Parts: sequence; C-alpha cells; structure tokens
Amino acid sequence: MPGAEKHLRVTFLVAPAYLWLALTVFLPLAVMLFFSFLTAVPVGGREATLTLQHYVSFFTKKIYWYNALRSLELAAYVTLACVVLGYPVAVILTRMITGRAREAIFLMIILPFWTNALVRTFSWTMVLRGPFDIIFTYPAIVIGLVHAYLPYAVLTIYVSLQAIDERLIEAARALGASKRQAFMRVMLPLSLPGVLAGVFLIFIPVTGSFMEPRILGGKDAIMLGPIIESQFTATFNWPLGAALSFMMLAIILLMLALGYPLLQRHMER
Amino acid sequence: MKMTINRRSALAMLGSAPLLGAMPRLARAAGEIKVLNWQGYGTDEKWATEAFEKATGIKVVHDYFNSEQEMLTKLRTSPGAYDVVLINNIYVMDAAKEGLIQPLDTAKLSNFGDLAPALRDSDRFVQDGKHYASAWVWGLTSFAYNFEKITDKIDTIEALWNPAYAGKVGMRDDAMEAIQFGALATGQDINNPADMAKIKDKLMALKPQLKTFWSSEDEWNKLFAAGDYLVAVYWSGSASRSRKAMKLPVQFVVPKEGAIGWFDGLAVAANAPNPDGALAFINYMIDPSFYIPWDTNVGAPASANLKAMAGLPEDALNRAVLGDAEVVKRVQWMAPVTDQQRQAQQELWDEVKTSFAQ
Repeated sequence: MPGAEKHLRVTFLVAPAYLWLALTVFLPLAVMLFFSFLTAVPVGGREATLTLQHYVSFFTKKIYWYNALRSLELAAYVTLACVVLGYPVAVILTRMITGRAREAIFLMIILPFWTNALVRTFSWTMVLRGPFDIIFTYPAIVIGLVHAYLPYAVLTIYVSLQAIDERLIEAARALGASKRQAFMRVMLPLSLPGVLAGVFLIFIPVTGSFMEPRILGGKDAIMLGPIIESQFTATFNWPLGAALSFMMLAIILLMLALGYPLLQRHMER
Repeated sequence: MKMTINRRSALAMLGSAPLLGAMPRLARAAGEIKVLNWQGYGTDEKWATEAFEKATGIKVVHDYFNSEQEMLTKLRTSPGAYDVVLINNIYVMDAAKEGLIQPLDTAKLSNFGDLAPALRDSDRFVQDGKHYASAWVWGLTSFAYNFEKITDKIDTIEALWNPAYAGKVGMRDDAMEAIQFGALATGQDINNPADMAKIKDKLMALKPQLKTFWSSEDEWNKLFAAGDYLVAVYWSGSASRSRKAMKLPVQFVVPKEGAIGWFDGLAVAANAPNPDGALAFINYMIDPSFYIPWDTNVGAPASANLKAMAGLPEDALNRAVLGDAEVVKRVQWMAPVTDQQRQAQQELWDEVKTSFAQ
C-alpha cells in the first residue's frame, strides 16, 4: 500500500529528530523530576531517600510562594509591555514600510537577539544611570527584560499581520466602518494568534529569569528564578531547586489549561 | 606553517589519531600540570607561571571555578584531570573524606617549615598526622570605605547601618557571609550564633542602606568607582588589589567588633597525573620569591609563610594591618557548615532579601 509506505518513510525521516529531542529535552527533565523527590543529591556519600518535602515547602514557606507570585507579576508586566510596544511596530512594518527599509528595521529589531545576554544586560547598567538613574530598581529589571524579549512580540505579530488579506480591511472601510472599528473588529481578531504566540514565548521564560533581576534589580532582585539558581550554585540543594522549577511549570500549565477553552472560542470565530 | 589537507592526508591523519591521542598524555605527565582555582587568584599570574616553567620545565595549565561547590563537582566528575587544586580550609576534610584529594608528601616541600604553625597544622588540614593541603594564604572578610569621601576614621561595623551612608552601602549576595556580618554586629559567635532572630532583624534594618549587591571583585571595583558604594563589605586581598592595581581610594577596616577570617590551602588531587610536578608548584606558591612580588605588584591576601610576610614593605596592608597581633585577636575564623545549616542560612537570607523587595 503506498499510504503505509509513505507513512513508514515519514516515520523514518523524523525519527532522528524525535530521538534527539527525547535525549536532550526529556532525559535531563526526567532526571531533574526524579531529583525533586529526593532528600539530597546522591553524590559524595550523601544518603538520599524519597520525599515530598520540597513540594510541601513551596506552599508552607512564604519565601517560595510569595516570590513565585513576584515572578509571575514581573512576567505579566514584561509581556504586556512587549505586546503594547511590539504591536504598533509590527503594524508599521507590514503596512507602511517596504523593501530595503523594512530589512534594515528588521535587522535592528533582531539585533538584541544576536547579542550575548550578559553583555546586553551589563550595557543597561551604564545606560540606566545617566539622567534617569533608575539602575538597581524594579523598572530597570522590566526594561532589561523587555529589550531582550521584544523581538518575539514583533516577529510573531508581524507574521500574523502579513497573513491578513488586505481586502478584508478595505471591505470593512467601504462598508462604513471607522478606522478604529476596522482595527478592533477585523485586524485585531485576525492577528490574535500571533499576539498569543508572542505572549507564550515571552511570559514563560520571563517567569524563570534570574540573571537580569540580579544584575539590574538591586534590592528588588529577589524572584523565584534567583532563588532556584541559588539552590544550584550556593547550597547544593538540587532537589529543592528542581521542585521549585516544576512548581512554576505546573502553575504555567494550569494557567494554560484554564485559558485554553477561552482562547479556542476566540480563534474559531 | 600552511597546511593543505587533501583526502589522502586526511585519511592518514585519521589513521594516526589514536597515536596522537596517546602522545600528549605522555608529554603531559613529564612536563605539565593542571591547576584548578578561582580566576586571577595568584596561581595564574603570567610572570609566575613563566618563571616556574623556566626553572622546572613544567608548563602550568589552568581551569577555573566560580564557587566552591563547582570546584567539588569538577573534582568528582573529572578524576585524574587535575594536579593542583585550591581549597578553602573548611572544605579540605570533606574533600579528603570523599577521596578527592591525596595526602601531601611534605618532605618534598622545602618551604613547609616556614609556614605559620597555627595555619599549617590546623585540624582543618591535618588528619591522622597527614597533611591533606598546604596552608597558602589567608585573609579577612570585613568592609572598606571611600577615604576621599569619608574623612572620619571608621572603626565600627555600625558604619554599614549609619544613616549618613543610606543608599550607599554594598554587600555580597551570599547567605553565609551576610549572616556572619549580622552575628558580628550583634556580638555573637559567627559559626554558632545563639540568636538568629536578632541577626535577621539586624540584616533587615539594612534595607534603606543598601544600594545593590556585588558578586565579584571586578563588579565591586566598578560600583565603588561609580560612587554607588561609600561603604561596602569586602575581602582584604581584594582591597589591596583595588587600591594598588585600580588606584581606588579604598580603606579596609578591621572593626572593633571583629572580622571574618578564612584561609586557603593548596592540595594535590587524587589520581593527579603529575603529583611531583604538583608538589614542586605548591612549593613555589608558598615561596617568598613568588609571594612578595605578587603582593607588591598585584595585591594579594596574607601569606601563610612567615618569611614571606616579613619580607613585605612595612606599609603593605598585609604587614601593617593583618600582621598586627592585636588585629588578629579580633578575628573569628570560619568553621565548616553542614548541608542543613547551609540550607537554613539560605532560607533566612532569602527571607531578608524578600523583605528588602517589599
């Protein structure tokens, strides 16, 4: 049967990629998941037994749940700022600029991507002094992270705006919709998949960020990300660090699960 | 030399690869040692490794760590990769118990007799009459201030809490160090403080004082030079480097409440490929001919070698301050901590930092 043969061929072709993914993504994750249920890292003669204490700590110790909330709050600010700043840029790129100029602007948007994150963050420690002098404050963390993640918002929104049939907007205008109405009822809903893709791409990594808060945030630096980091670098408590990471992952998955039906209704319209 | 590679020579190269793999190993055993240390901490001074190579024919190669935990991890996961390793005294016995380092043949260290006995024969280094590390350098963790902007002489740890310096105080984001400071400021034993609640309150009172945390000597220098810090927690060896090499107006203080003392040793890794080369290098590291130029030209912690300390210029910080018996009396020496203590300290410090952000 040619269908089955084709199926086999596809399986054969994608197998290496899946195997690679399984090895590089799921294996380390599985090891960390296992660690998160241990009392200690089983090296150097340490005795490890199975436990749930690290997951219990997340709820019983204020430093963990409270700083998880701080991380989510930070991610919300950063994501909102990226969408608010990125959307107009994407609109201008799709509708007003063409050819060489567009390529040049794209390059400028992607440039932060190509810069080493540490270098980028340290350069902000210089810029944020000057006349503003907001270095080592909460806004400094937001600015540093928005700079890092803005390209995700611009690029994903740009892609979905590109896909919109220009004639739909013209039709809305011809049928008497104001510019605002045409935007709210035609363009924005059609570009929503791009906005959402950007939101996911930004929100999730920002909840785990630790380097930008530490370098830019001064006294406001504490979040769940830096706390997880110190379990690996300062206290050798990998199990607790792993458990805190998985709790954060669980919170994000829960938020997705709750938000998904709502999204689906929006998308199908 | 320009080399062109065609298919035949490439094949020939492939064929000889096993041989090539074996050769550097042999060469290494004869004339190379690998040192594991913090970056920029003495052993990798270029003039010193060159002088050592010239004298012994042994080439010194380095690998670095950024935390003591990383150093232990590297020894655990790469046995046989390192010859010499720098270990803070509080980790030496743990490393010995885990079989990560080997006892030293001290007869091969001609400078061993000149080391200060209190450090050399400390039970942090010696077990069953065997030395697992050679005392190398020691120093203090205390604080320093900008003597151009603060003209009054500071002699108390309360300077960190002085409202005159609000928003201009720096400290390291390190749970153990922060708690030791809290213990000094509340008059307690840094290794076994009786009243942790008092320490927590004292540290929380730093909120209006702090500008930001520092994590490396380089960062400290930048923040100090930019005027962010007027008073900041610092290490004695780094303070003399900042003053000498960076020309910063840094005055290191050993306050009347005391300071935190630490000492570092040099050890030979278990399964070291070149143990004799390792011992020769350690002997050079504790020699005055290495230490005096290191402290004078670059800036260093205090040497464990009494002859080296006596050879320093009289105005050197290490001789003038750390060489003063009255100062040394005020020092509280850091003791080893268990994983559980470390975790409790980290949690307390995270609570303090959370209160800073609220």
